[in-house]
Amino acid sequence: MSLPLVVLLPFLGALAAPLFAQGGRTAIAIASSVPALIALAALYPHWQTLADGGVVLHSYEWLPALGLSFSFRLDGLSLLFALLILIIGLLIILYSRYYLKAHENVGKFYALLLCFKGSMLGIVLSSNLLLMMIFWELTSLTSFLLISFWTHKQDARRGARMALAVTGGGGLALLAGILIIGNIVGSFELDDVLAAGDQIKAHALYPVALTLVLLGAFTKSAQFPFHFWLPHAMQAPTPVSAYLHSATMVKAGIFLMARLYPALAGTEQWFYMVSFTGMATLLLGAYIAMFKHDLKGLLAYSTVSHLGLITLLFGMGTELAAVAAVFHVINHATFKASLFMAAGIIDHETGTRDMRRINGLWRYMPHTATLAMVAASSMAGVPLLNGFLSKEMFFAEALQLNLPGLWAWLPPIVATLAGIFAVAYSARFIHDVFFNGKPVDLPIYPPHEPPRYMKFPVEILVFACIMVGIFPAVSVGPLLYMAASATLGGNVPDYQLAIVHGFNLPLLMSFVAFFGGLLMYSQRQRFFNFHARFREIDEKAVFEAIISRIVDLANRFTARVENGSLQRYAMLLVVSVIAVAALPLINLGIFIGESGFSPVDWPTAILAGTLILCAIATAVMHRERFYALVLLSVVGLIVALAFARFSAPDLAMTQLSVEVVTIVLLMLALYYMPSWTPVETSNGRRFRDIVIALAAGTGMTLVTLAMLTQPFTSISDFFLENSKPGGGGTNVVNVILVDFRGFDTLGEITVLAIAALGIYAMLKHTALTPPPGDGQGHPWTRDAYPLMLRQIARPMLPLALMVSAFIFLRGHNMPGGGFIAGLITSVALILQYIASGMIWTQDRIPLRYHNVIGLGLLFATIAGAGSFAFGYPFLTSTFGYITWPVVGKFEVASAMVFDLGVYLTVIGATLLALVSIGRLSPHSAIKSKKESA
Amino acid sequence: MELVFALVIGALTASGVYLVLRARTFPVVVGLTLLSYGVNLFLFSSGRLATGQQPVIGTAANYSDPLPQALVLTAIVIGFAMTAFVVVLSLRNLADNEDDHVDGQKPYKSPAPEEEEEVTGK
Repeated sequence: MSLPLVVLLPFLGALAAPLFAQGGRTAIAIASSVPALIALAALYPHWQTLADGGVVLHSYEWLPALGLSFSFRLDGLSLLFALLILIIGLLIILYSRYYLKAHENVGKFYALLLCFKGSMLGIVLSSNLLLMMIFWELTSLTSFLLISFWTHKQDARRGARMALAVTGGGGLALLAGILIIGNIVGSFELDDVLAAGDQIKAHALYPVALTLVLLGAFTKSAQFPFHFWLPHAMQAPTPVSAYLHSATMVKAGIFLMARLYPALAGTEQWFYMVSFTGMATLLLGAYIAMFKHDLKGLLAYSTVSHLGLITLLFGMGTELAAVAAVFHVINHATFKASLFMAAGIIDHETGTRDMRRINGLWRYMPHTATLAMVAASSMAGVPLLNGFLSKEMFFAEALQLNLPGLWAWLPPIVATLAGIFAVAYSARFIHDVFFNGKPVDLPIYPPHEPPRYMKFPVEILVFACIMVGIFPAVSVGPLLYMAASATLGGNVPDYQLAIVHGFNLPLLMSFVAFFGGLLMYSQRQRFFNFHARFREIDEKAVFEAIISRIVDLANRFTARVENGSLQRYAMLLVVSVIAVAALPLINLGIFIGESGFSPVDWPTAILAGTLILCAIATAVMHRERFYALVLLSVVGLIVALAFARFSAPDLAMTQLSVEVVTIVLLMLALYYMPSWTPVETSNGRRFRDIVIALAAGTGMTLVTLAMLTQPFTSISDFFLENSKPGGGGTNVVNVILVDFRGFDTLGEITVLAIAALGIYAMLKHTALTPPPGDGQGHPWTRDAYPLMLRQIARPMLPLALMVSAFIFLRGHNMPGGGFIAGLITSVALILQYIASGMIWTQDRIPLRYHNVIGLGLLFATIAGAGSFAFGYPFLTSTFGYITWPVVGKFEVASAMVFDLGVYLTVIGATLLALVSIGRLSPHSAIKSKKESA
Repeated sequence: MELVFALVIGALTASGVYLVLRARTFPVVVGLTLLSYGVNLFLFSSGRLATGQQPVIGTAANYSDPLPQALVLTAIVIGFAMTAFVVVLSLRNLADNEDDHVDGQKPYKSPAPEEEEEVTGK
């Protein structure tokens, strides 16, 4: 339980911290320290277990199907990082108390800081790689928010964006890499992955997985060529720079490499990718650091360089190098965090970070100066300080690297060069800031020592630097051993933590670096002049340019494709459908299949010709909307005949009744609309559309032809055989609808109902005034409800209802059924509306069509669910026979209840739609009221 | 017969597509209706063209394929629902914008070539 608690507590603290903001900075700082203190107490009991080489695991299931579990694991490596995060975190909280001004949003700051702490602890304590990934992304997000904490600064916002883009992009790569690894191993649990190192390395996808994982690590840890985000992240408040961007978050990539070391390291690819990236970063960072006039800029590039050093050590692949890497993680975190805090104090007390203006501070703040000088000496690698020890180990390892031929010289030379630069920039930090004349034009003058407790965190860290530097074995020995052991999977080599290992080559390199660096610093003006010859690349400008270019491109593309014209979308849609369908069809190459043609009879040919002519005429005459509608109805009727001609009586009846309803609907709509279409498009445009239309038509003709002339087999034999014995009906189409595929039908009538309700909702509060007359300027007839129509329509209703009842009842065995019966009833009811008007009809048929729809769906669902009562699955149908008087023996199937539901839904939906449209005009309601009165 | 049927579907599709590409709502609705006729006939014909073989047990020696018929039957009804919905959408468009252009605004002017240049040149 204690491990999830350690991770969870900071998040809870983040929720609670802002509540203390009212109480002032001290109150919130104290409140924010609580989670870390509890966490330290919770970790303490595990120390002995880990010292004995054990591992603590706390695991809870989360999404087992995805391999994602809520599991945490504590070993030496994660303990080391957790301690760094917690202890430096505590110091940062104290430091921030003095760094932030009273009027700043301290609640937000501490909440974000705690969120970050929780995420970071999550990374180092997760045992599940996917879970770790979640925390990994959380650190990117919290880092983004913390860098842009001063939201009014444009540089801060830009720096934050850049950091998020780079680390977030790397995160995506890492996720892909982790998924590949998980796929290879079959588990995302760390124990399984670490145990499967050989399997991973032997896998064909290993190079891809490694590259992706390293991309994630390199972006996070600011390795060349992704290093550029880190210096720009220095726009953050200094406590954030000290905590996230030197001590913890940028070490997450390092941690990842250490964590997956047993699983991924030890191959040539690992060696070349990691060590060369590290070498390039080490040298580049150290070189640039010397030329930065900004105090934090110097520290940022120095951080980049040190991260490169650690990466290089991991890349070397030897066990001793890994130990040195872990050691340097500790040392760098201590001296760099203290240096950042010192830089923050200087910034705080002088109002600037420009080293050309900050000079001679020794006279004003000797205490801070002493602390900073010790820490900077450690950074330079001066003996008796912790930086010296790990640097010595690094030099020794650089000499051990057996590269072929002249290449063997490369690592030691790079190491020494980087050492020289490191001494030079450290010397600059000390000499330029604290000595070197007098301060120049400081915003705050005279500077003085900061509040007592602002220096306290720096003191602690500097003390640690000295302790580790002088008594390494006692102070840091056990922790280092545990961490190294966890990194190397238990195979810790013999190593000695001593101040001096005798006079050897590494010590010589240190001497060279030390005096070379001092010499270089003394000749700095020459180097500055040399460096000034190169045009400095502003990564932020480049980055912003690239981003805005991408956004521009995307916008331009969107503007081209999505210009708000439905016409263009329709055109693009049709054209892309034609394009997508054309290629496979051409490749298929069959247009006339083997079964050939059947003979044509004259009546069919004549009707088909009429249909084709009417369809084309509809398109040609579409400007005269009324004629187009009449032609359309002819097409629809012939389609109904076609269904009848080709053995589909059910379809013919459905099409016929739908046709009637559709034309009534369109007539009704046309009443409100202009009755002709203006000429708006150019000839060229019309020609283009004709070409597209012809292409589509030709395509469909060819596809149909190819399909119809192919022999085929069907799955329908099952339905034909089982219709009568299984479904109790001889009309196979109806049995399919209400029985075999009843669930589909239920879905379909639901869609129908939704469409009708949508129509109702769309028109509920809409009023439309119809034009005063038709397109030719004739006024509408004053006799809205002609006498003859009224007189004929009324007796039609009972007749039609009887027909629909007949059609409904026989539907299971003969052509008919709920759909068709419903449509016939609808047509009969609509006729009443047309003949006698809304009010008259509504008075006599007081049906609420919403309720009819609801009832219909209810019937259909109940009919389906009824089978549950008998222990059958949804929509199981049964049937029996009863003898009715007059009718005789009659078959009753439970599917009929379902069909009744279909019937009611169709009526409700159709009429709701039409009545909604009919009600649109305020005119007609008044008029019909008068008429009926 | 197959050729005649295929030509019918082609004519319906071509007329439908042409109308769908028009600028006013009413022709678009008519075009969609024509397209749905064509699609329904096409789906139906996937069971092949049979004469006098209605799939009602006991009424014929052979039966045509009932499955496409069942599919098309619901397709016809749903097609109607869709047409009704689009019609009402266009009415609502007319009521809200006092115009029946498909873009719901004053007629869309196709950008002249030089205007297009300007857009890309930015």
